[in-house]
Amino acid sequence: MSENVLEIRNLSIALDGDDSARVVKDLSLSIKPGETMCLVGESGSGKSLTSLATMGLLPKALKATTGEILVNGVDVLKQSPGKLRDMRATQMAMIFQEPMTALNPVMKVGDQIAEVMEAHGRSKGDRRKAVLEIMEHVHLPDVERIYGSYPHQLSGGQRQRIMIAMALVLRPKLLIADEPTTALDVTTQAQVLKLIRELREELGTAVLFITHDMGVVAEIADDVTVLRLGEAVERAPVVDLLRGPRTDYARELLSAVPSLIPRAPRPTPKKATPALSTEALTKVYSTKTLLGKAKETRAADAVNLTLGPGRTLGIVGESGSGKSTVARCIVRLIDPTSGSVKITGEEIADVPLNRLKPHRKRVQIVFQDPFRSLNPRIEVGESIIEGPLNFGVSRKQALEDAKRLLELVGLPRSAIDRFPHQFSGGQRQRIAIARALAMQPDLLIADEAVSALDVSVQAQVLKLLDEIQERMGIAILFITHDLRVAAQICDEVMVMRKGQVVEAGPAAEVLAHPRTEYTRSLIEAAPGRHWDFANFRPVAETIAAAG
Amino acid sequence: MTTAPNYSAAPTRGALMWKQARAMFFAGPVTSLATVVMILIVLMAIFAPLIAPHDPIRLNPAMRLKPASDEFLLGTDAYGRDLFSRIIYGARISLAVGVGAAILSVLIGLGIGLVSGFFRGLDAVLMRIVDGLMAIPSILLAIAIVALSGATLGTVLLAIVIPEVPRVVRLVRSVVLSAREEPYVEAAISVGTPTWKILTRHLLPNTIPPLIVQGTYICAAAILTEAILSFLGAGINPETPTWGNIMAEGRVYFIINPGIILWPGLVLSLAILSVNLVGDSVRDALDPRMAKRGIDR
Repeated sequence: MSENVLEIRNLSIALDGDDSARVVKDLSLSIKPGETMCLVGESGSGKSLTSLATMGLLPKALKATTGEILVNGVDVLKQSPGKLRDMRATQMAMIFQEPMTALNPVMKVGDQIAEVMEAHGRSKGDRRKAVLEIMEHVHLPDVERIYGSYPHQLSGGQRQRIMIAMALVLRPKLLIADEPTTALDVTTQAQVLKLIRELREELGTAVLFITHDMGVVAEIADDVTVLRLGEAVERAPVVDLLRGPRTDYARELLSAVPSLIPRAPRPTPKKATPALSTEALTKVYSTKTLLGKAKETRAADAVNLTLGPGRTLGIVGESGSGKSTVARCIVRLIDPTSGSVKITGEEIADVPLNRLKPHRKRVQIVFQDPFRSLNPRIEVGESIIEGPLNFGVSRKQALEDAKRLLELVGLPRSAIDRFPHQFSGGQRQRIAIARALAMQPDLLIADEAVSALDVSVQAQVLKLLDEIQERMGIAILFITHDLRVAAQICDEVMVMRKGQVVEAGPAAEVLAHPRTEYTRSLIEAAPGRHWDFANFRPVAETIAAAG
Repeated sequence: MTTAPNYSAAPTRGALMWKQARAMFFAGPVTSLATVVMILIVLMAIFAPLIAPHDPIRLNPAMRLKPASDEFLLGTDAYGRDLFSRIIYGARISLAVGVGAAILSVLIGLGIGLVSGFFRGLDAVLMRIVDGLMAIPSILLAIAIVALSGATLGTVLLAIVIPEVPRVVRLVRSVVLSAREEPYVEAAISVGTPTWKILTRHLLPNTIPPLIVQGTYICAAAILTEAILSFLGAGINPETPTWGNIMAEGRVYFIINPGIILWPGLVLSLAILSVNLVGDSVRDALDPRMAKRGIDR
């Protein structure tokens, strides 16, 4: 019997038990009580499979071929389904990325926590008391009321707290957290991370924390295991890893993390007609009730912005801040309720849809999800030339341009007759950028265009956008929830909250010396903000080194 | 920057289609059998004049209600017509009605559904009309139409198609409603693609897989409805052999020659069962999430 709560020895997981198709290879790690081990890796690294295997929840097609997973000395891989059921929640418990789908939408959250106790034969009398106690433990307010609430009545952060309460109600020795904060806003993320840290200390729970975000690692880890294509490439205490990664891959991963320190200001251009300007841009959603009373939501409220040619403006905000609404109004995917939108000086806010076509050419948008932004049924070349063909460019010419654009975004010319599913997420995002550029727009809107990508791919796409801007003098409106990304690419930054502009100005000023409380809280919540990852040292040392 | 062309190699279109066809029609023993039965019935309808030993319409009073023999494989009916030949010819009407109803209702429903799903303003009006149509009991409507305008293949088809259209409209509309929110559709809008092209190029292809599946179910249901209408005397004129007609006439002579009802009934059941089974298999092949839930074929 070891003192480790979790000990994984030489674990290999293979598809259909075929040893040549291993998705996790010879993985070993151990966690002591009260410690947090972070499993870091990009998509496809096998980090989630490792956590599922530990819970005994591997999908049927996958089998652990070698090794053992000891939870408190018991090998999970050798247990019967019944025994595994007993072990879950009492020995090990798991929380997931998306708290909305992980909770049953038609059951009160209190009852859902109580169900865990019921499933493990805890007597009825104590249940309610124990549930309320654990709910207080995870700092839920007004626990009596929340006990009787349904998941949709709670905020994302509260739902994740419920998930944590559910996982911890029977005091398991091991908590597995699979990207538990990825779907949350930064401020909520900071609170949940704090809670997990706190509970770990209080209850002595060992935590296996799975994440792709180095910032989160810096916040929560004691030890870190870096995974790549199913193999552990490096394991080290967190500070050692951040200060001196021993392997090239870990070094690459860290270098790709964008710094929170804003980019060096570029020279302000001479007075020119702005590529984009809005005045009092407002979008109101109203729902009519039976009595004719309307409930109004101001998704964008009197937004003013100006973006010069060849410059990048970032709109930063949490979910529901209205940043995407602004973008969609500018592209006229939705119609603004009032206000003005000028593209290179021409008003487009009130141009009727049937006369909008000439203006479509000048604004293009790249979306967040690379898997949905290309029609899966047509070749990427056809997607790229669709726009030019609409504007009367000959097919031959358009295809020739498309090949050139593919090269510009770093893909081979031969990619033109492939289908989207043959490309990775990052490659698809490049194709989407090529499609936008095919229109030779004055303004490119990137709506969370790098949020779904792994950090190393993210860094490449950001670099690509920068190069394109340099070459074509295009203006970029960059919409993101990620302050690090904003700091890397934006000349100016605008912070939005609940449809309103909270603060706007040069990136260096807004991010380094925020004037409002809200911006300050956003920056403070950014995980790992004390670390300058790319230079392998704390930010304080970077500043000291700079002078 | 990486320029490596490391995208995955894909099999040719032909190979893919063959693979998909195999998944649809020969997924397991039951599906394979259903496919074979379906093909046999189709062949029977097409080559009826070559297969049938007798004229299915010519009356022969001397040969009334004969039992099965070498000359009349399944015996004769009350007018001395060969039952076997009539059943073979009956496949023609059943298949014409089934396939015709499926194609017509899918085409009409597709048109209305696309428009309804894409144009919010029209949607409200169209959907209320569709709701109204759905409230009409299909058999009653069919009897009414046939009674008003006489029994021909056309009116029977119309009677079957009208109640099926609303179902197709709802299906297409729901697919279009979710597909129009896809970023690739929004991207097409923002590059100035005209609406008709967005409908045909980006939205319509999404509706094809569920429509193929729905089509097979409509086909099976139409074959059954036609038989019911004929059996009730509201179908195609009694002289023309259809499985429903044959059974309707045989009702009175059940005790003398039960085969007049049993044989067409058996063929009818086999036809409907095989079309439905193939439909299920097509659904499984086109929507992998639904697979492996039903019986193991």
